[in-house]
Amino acid sequence: MEFSVMLSTMSAGMLRTGAIFALTLLGSLPLGMIVALLRKSRFAPLRIFIRVYISVIRGTPLMLQLLVWYFGPYYLLGLNIGGWRFPAIIVAFVVNYAAYFAEIYRGGIESIPQGQYEAAQVLGYSRAQTFMRIILPQVVKIIMPSVTNEVITLVKDTSMAFTLAYAEIFSLAKQISASQTSFMPFVIAGVFYFIANYAVEIVMARIEKSMDYYK
Amino acid sequence: MILEMKKIRKKFGGLEVLQDISFDIDSGEVVSIIGPSGSGKSTLLRCATFLETIDGGDIIYMGDKAAWTDEQTGGAVYANAQKLKKFRGYCGLVFQQFNLFPHYSIMKNITDAPMKVQGMGREEAEANAVELLRKMGIEDKADGYPYQLSGGQQQRVAIARALAMKLEILFFDEPTSALDPELTGEVLKVIKQLADENMTMVVVTHEMSFAKAVSDRVIFMDGGVIVEQGTPKDVLENPSEERTRQFLSVFER
Ligand SMILES: Nc1ncnc2c1ncn2[C@@H]1O[C@H](COP(=O)(O)OP(=O)(O)O)[C@@H](O)[C@H]1O
Ligand SMILES: [Mg+2]
Repeated sequence: MEFSVMLSTMSAGMLRTGAIFALTLLGSLPLGMIVALLRKSRFAPLRIFIRVYISVIRGTPLMLQLLVWYFGPYYLLGLNIGGWRFPAIIVAFVVNYAAYFAEIYRGGIESIPQGQYEAAQVLGYSRAQTFMRIILPQVVKIIMPSVTNEVITLVKDTSMAFTLAYAEIFSLAKQISASQTSFMPFVIAGVFYFIANYAVEIVMARIEKSMDYYK
Repeated sequence: MILEMKKIRKKFGGLEVLQDISFDIDSGEVVSIIGPSGSGKSTLLRCATFLETIDGGDIIYMGDKAAWTDEQTGGAVYANAQKLKKFRGYCGLVFQQFNLFPHYSIMKNITDAPMKVQGMGREEAEANAVELLRKMGIEDKADGYPYQLSGGQQQRVAIARALAMKLEILFFDEPTSALDPELTGEVLKVIKQLADENMTMVVVTHEMSFAKAVSDRVIFMDGGVIVEQGTPKDVLENPSEERTRQFLSVFER
């Protein structure tokens, strides 16, 4: 197989990897915030549910979670969902990453001094205004380094979709390497992950810099 | 009467932090509250500004009840949310730690609440802010951020931020206690200036000479009760209670 053919075959895998990455962030960044807020809910059963969810997600391998989401509907509910492979991957990733982001958000929210809430309350801000205008912008700045770490991990974690035989870049590299008895697919995959993470670092550094105007 | 506090009670766990505290604040009056640490001064201001809920007693703003004692349970009942919003609009609080919003410019710190809470237009809010900053002597700092200012300047911004809400009464909780000694003067000066303009103020302070110079009345608190109150001359120079004398003797060295 010529290099150019190999590259174009694998570029389809890069797109699929990109899709997992983008959809996971799109789902888990906001879901993580909802989870972080529900974790402090006044309704105890909900609070307990959220804690169990976070601890189960963090305490079990993502690879296993992928299998559970993919095979669960059939084994647990007897459902046979057509085309469930890709949605199952996205659900597994979103649910997994939301738990990690929720913990990052929680740490950020808890690091904001009580005085910020009190100043806002005395000035008459509503609870929603206080959160959106005063607390959240400060939280975003504080958590940016941790979020960057998590996003870089996600770029690499997308390879776990391989568990469900989804033809993203890692699965393709393994497949093509075996069929062509070539090492080149691994090199291509490695370079792809590295460049993707380099781009992530640049983008995140820009965002962090844009919030440098205050301390 | 701007504010009437009647038999205010407040407990934290088993600790009675405020026990039957009663006092009135008249329009244009400047009242200083003094007393040892832990006597309940901050808690009292926090109850008056609705940061804490009282366990009993009446809070009356402008003759209108914000909180009162329920005859049956003996506990406190608060007015509905809409009314509380109005009462909150009457009062402001300047904190020991300033509590400016670090991500907002000085200008935005002052204009944001008038615009987002009171629905004031940007032009009017900014014109007010410029005027207030000028009064505070920091008109050149409008575009800066809190971290770029000294403590004394930050506290003056905090005062401007509170005043931008067009308050009836402004509370200060040890406004100079977090400042280096050489910076307390500039903050006390603007409070004095506000007193001269007949702003109604309640100031918790350890600055006795300041209390003597600006207040119409001094309240001495200890152990969650008002031990005595009166003119600065009576309370500070000629106290009638032994506890007051003991407390004041610490400041005479
Ligand atoms: N949120 C709280 N929870 C429990 N105890 C508190 C709380 N706030 C204040 N206290 C206690 O109430 C008492 C009065 O505190 P405070 O009003 O801060 O006094 P002061 O401002 O006069 O120093 C102190 O014993 C303090 O420990
Ligand atoms: Mg105090």
